[in-house]
Amino acid sequence: MPLPYYVSPEQMMKDKAEYARKGIARGRSLVALEYQDGVLLVAENPSRLLHKISEIYDRIAFAGVGKYNEFENLRIAGVRHADLKGYSYCREDVTAKALANAYSQALGNIFTEGIKPFEVEVLVVEVADDANGKNEMYHILYDGYIEDERNYAAMGGQAEEIRRFLKEQYREGLALPEALRLGVRALTVTQNKTLTDRDLEVAVLDRHRERRKFRRIVEGELRAVLGRPDAGDGARSMG
Amino acid sequence: MDASWQGLFSGHLTTSFVELLRREAPDLLTPRLPAGPVAAGGATAGEPRGALGVPSGTTILALRYADGVIVAGDRQATEGYQVAHRRIEKVFKADEHSAVAIAGAAGPAIEMARLFQTELEHYEKVEGDGLSLEGKANKLAQMIRMNLPMAMQGLVVVPLFAGYDVRRGEGRIFKYDVTGGRYEEIDYYATGSGGKDARSTLKKVYRVAAGREDAVHWAVEALIDAAEEDVGTGGPDFVHGIFPTLKSITRDGFAEVPEAEVQAQCEAVLRDRRQERLP
Repeated sequence: MPLPYYVSPEQMMKDKAEYARKGIARGRSLVALEYQDGVLLVAENPSRLLHKISEIYDRIAFAGVGKYNEFENLRIAGVRHADLKGYSYCREDVTAKALANAYSQALGNIFTEGIKPFEVEVLVVEVADDANGKNEMYHILYDGYIEDERNYAAMGGQAEEIRRFLKEQYREGLALPEALRLGVRALTVTQNKTLTDRDLEVAVLDRHRERRKFRRIVEGELRAVLGRPDAGDGARSMG
Repeated sequence: MDASWQGLFSGHLTTSFVELLRREAPDLLTPRLPAGPVAAGGATAGEPRGALGVPSGTTILALRYADGVIVAGDRQATEGYQVAHRRIEKVFKADEHSAVAIAGAAGPAIEMARLFQTELEHYEKVEGDGLSLEGKANKLAQMIRMNLPMAMQGLVVVPLFAGYDVRRGEGRIFKYDVTGGRYEEIDYYATGSGGKDARSTLKKVYRVAAGREDAVHWAVEALIDAAEEDVGTGGPDFVHGIFPTLKSITRDGFAEVPEAEVQAQCEAVLRDRRQERLP
């Protein structure tokens, strides 16, 4: 009878992390940007129907990259958490912070106890009620590591490069069209192609909306913003 | 082992918020009352209630017009022979294209409306797409059926459900009985303690495919008639500035009929009545 292999815990965690990172790096990227009316989320996603960005609750949105079935599961769990809490207390009591903590716990548990870690990163975003309030963005990694981001966040395969790009280019108080164009440019920073409205999934949390702040920006509206020639982009738009 | 993944295919249950509550927090659902009557009032919605002293919502109505539906209600809740509330809201937005109006025991009815709102939103978020209007109407029927044990003991909840069917391009109205029976009405319906009086008025004045102004006028007139005939129903109150609540649901969604407009219509109806009395 063969002896069971001994693998040091350190090595095991390293292997798992590497496995998860590889899975995530294969996927396309996603950025979140604060703009003057709230938070904008832009993802490269050729699918019209399988969403990476979704509504969780009145002021809260969810974004995931990596393996679809895994972050889809997390998204539904988030909707349940939020609706249950909002129903048993009050709609205002549902916060991104509590939700992000739950995600962090869940992913941490899966990472340490499961055979296979989730190959996902998720972003939980909450928009502030007024312009003076602070938006919240929580970025949670495959192992449950959680950090709060300010101004912008990036996830997915090219997250590092995108973050570097945004660090230089990001300005506060952008209007929606400017923010959207910046987000799209950030997604293409490592690629040699132009993204059109067909390759993108875009949504905003707009604080000026009634109750449910989440809104998808689709087809016509998206094309109208992207179609406008923009310095740098216009020259490449034929590609 | 082989059955574990098959459970995932009964996924329609996992998109329901009511099922989620049943599983995770059953204490938040309607309590099962002990056997035996708790209320002296009969099992008719809106009748004065005795022993338990539960506030009761009274008259609500819905009618179709050219662009969609108007849903309306008076503002009074009655407890036995007392006024429990003067400005209660009985018409709730269920989602962007539908509304639920409540009559009967106010507590369970308001809770049912809140649960129904959450149910529709939950489904929409989990599935990424809303239920059909018919699906929503059926869901509400199931929730009324859940309330049956309470209804048997006098805490009757009978809502009206109305909305704009985006697929058919028209407004639709559904009424219910205490067992969760669901019936579609073609033109208008009113229920609650003053429901019969409101229906009589609508029967005389209603015309198919009317404009919005007419529809608002008829709804107000029907509620004023109900208030005149039924002690439980509150009429327009010019002293406190309380007027019936009216909502319209059209292709563009749910909208409140502005209070100023309702007030103007109330004044118009009452002015007509005064004219009739003059020699």
